Amino acid sequence: MSEFVSGLEKVGTALAAVAIVLGILLIVFFLAARTKGKAQGFLAGLVFLGPAVLLLLYGLVVPAVRTTAGSFQNAEGTKFVGLANYGWIFTAPGNSTFLINTVLWIVVAPVLSTALGLTLALLLDRMRRESISKSLIFMPMAISFVGAGIIWGLVYEYRDPSQPQVGLLSQIAMWLGVSDPPNWLLWQPFNNFFLMVIMIWIQTGFAMVVLSAAIKAISADVVEAAELDGATGWRLFSRVTIPMIRGTLIVVLTTIIIAVLKVFDIVRTMTNGNFGTQVVANEMYAQAFVQFDVGRGSALAVVLFLAVVPLIIYNVVQLRKERSVR
Amino acid sequence: MSVEAHEVIPIPMPREESIPEAARRKLSSPWASGLVVLITILWTIPTFGLLVTSLRPAAEATSSGWWTFFTDPQVTFSNYSEVLTGGNTIPGGITPYFFNSFAIAIPAAIFPVVIACMAAYALAWIPFKFSTAIFFTIFALQVIPLQMSLLPLLQMFNKGWSLGPIPIFPDLNKPGSAQSLFQGTYVPLWVAHTMFALPLAVFLLHNFIAQLPRELMEAARVDGASHFLIFRKLVLPLAIPAIASFAIFQFLWVWNDLLVALTFAGGTPDVAPITAYLANIKGSYGAQLHLITAGAFIAIVVPLIVFFSLQRFFVRGLLAGSVKG
Repeated sequence: MSEFVSGLEKVGTALAAVAIVLGILLIVFFLAARTKGKAQGFLAGLVFLGPAVLLLLYGLVVPAVRTTAGSFQNAEGTKFVGLANYGWIFTAPGNSTFLINTVLWIVVAPVLSTALGLTLALLLDRMRRESISKSLIFMPMAISFVGAGIIWGLVYEYRDPSQPQVGLLSQIAMWLGVSDPPNWLLWQPFNNFFLMVIMIWIQTGFAMVVLSAAIKAISADVVEAAELDGATGWRLFSRVTIPMIRGTLIVVLTTIIIAVLKVFDIVRTMTNGNFGTQVVANEMYAQAFVQFDVGRGSALAVVLFLAVVPLIIYNVVQLRKERSVR
Repeated sequence: MSVEAHEVIPIPMPREESIPEAARRKLSSPWASGLVVLITILWTIPTFGLLVTSLRPAAEATSSGWWTFFTDPQVTFSNYSEVLTGGNTIPGGITPYFFNSFAIAIPAAIFPVVIACMAAYALAWIPFKFSTAIFFTIFALQVIPLQMSLLPLLQMFNKGWSLGPIPIFPDLNKPGSAQSLFQGTYVPLWVAHTMFALPLAVFLLHNFIAQLPRELMEAARVDGASHFLIFRKLVLPLAIPAIASFAIFQFLWVWNDLLVALTFAGGTPDVAPITAYLANIKGSYGAQLHLITAGAFIAIVVPLIVFFSLQRFFVRGLLAGSVKG
């Protein structure tokens, strides 16, 4: 009970902090509004834009520069070591595991999520009642990776085959006649795919919702014209539907790739990168906050950054094209 | 730059009917419906298994599968009471972390929205040099992944920053101790989440606020209203839909975050959120399935309530916010 009270107190304190910050803003507004003419325009620009610019400078710009600089330094950040940390990432013997795994992740998980999402969007478009299915398939998107890890931990739970099974997957395997199901999360290299299933479970709903909106937006005239010309089924799909939603498909795919590149929570809570499941984002956390090797951690962060940039640029270019068409 | 969020992400407004009703009926085969139902069940079973396990007594939950519940139904709430308050197995309960998550996520959703609204108004309606350049720079900052900021920000909070002899962020350690003033408070978490949310928030809200009718703004200016008055009385109320979409998206994002939490809050019950607690008990008490499932359900029930009650806002925020770093 006392924990409950002190918990409410903490939330109260947090709300009070919000009130104080908003109060200060109001006072600044009130004072700044008393100025007149040109001075007010200048002051308004400063007051309105200042906080965001400062926070972005301190939160993103300076840190990005410092991390880049740190990636050329040794573990303690005291000595310049040139490209040694990058050399370590790409040549050290054990590191091929997380590099290969990350490539596997960004190839498999986004493609499967998008393909499944597209299938579902197409099927749903033909159904009259779609909302319940849609909500339930979309639901994992609201669940944290940690929560998803626990949910799927239950599916992958291993018990000796002589015992009653607790994990759903093992039980299904046994029902299907496998007498000795493996310990899924230790079964290399397939354990990587079992972790990817969690990501696919989360991202399919996202792909479905976005693609479903795009399919619904295809003009009925286009579909009717195509049907009059005799296009049905597969031809309608491949010649009309897919080209019409191409831009959205690319955005969905790249968005999931970006999410996958940064996947950290799933690997950390399921295997902590052991048993051959390490990925770049979790290795970055391990180097920076467990080994306290600032140089290597920074270099890994820069690698992530360099991998994300072309995707986002491509995305933005696509979006601009899309916009100019309409 | 006068585009709406849904134009930027190519999600045009859905039409009422995508295929004429007759064609739709012809196309809707029982196979399609059956497949969708099958996938829906497949997608829901894992979460359902979590819920069932969390309601079974300890001995049953740890020694038999949750599906045996249907042949041998036994329900208990003792797992929940043990996880909430702590018990023999797990000494500390989830309750403080649960409240920490609210105390972190509510301000971390409000601060970026307010600050981004102000910036968006300035960029859209206060004419000054470089406003377009500043807007595009802020937009471009989305490419910086969280991971690049974590270490330097942690240093900033702990030791301050200086460029040679020039301090650019003060060392906030209490005199005579190695402890930062922020130690054991939510402040670093609020600030970090606000910083990381800003590029997206400014971008989305700018798209919305720049669309407000020009005549309205000009009329208010002619009547002598200050920028501050216009912002409070006109812009904020009109931008409520965009504000709500982003705030809900950001609330769920912060609630579900683990990386920022682990970096800036550690794992203590003073400030750490529920995700940190879950990751912790998953690691230390992984075999106590009845307890970690109950903990996980407590943690996901809040986002699920938000999700199901505010799904439309969430979808809008998500469609636009999917590129968030």
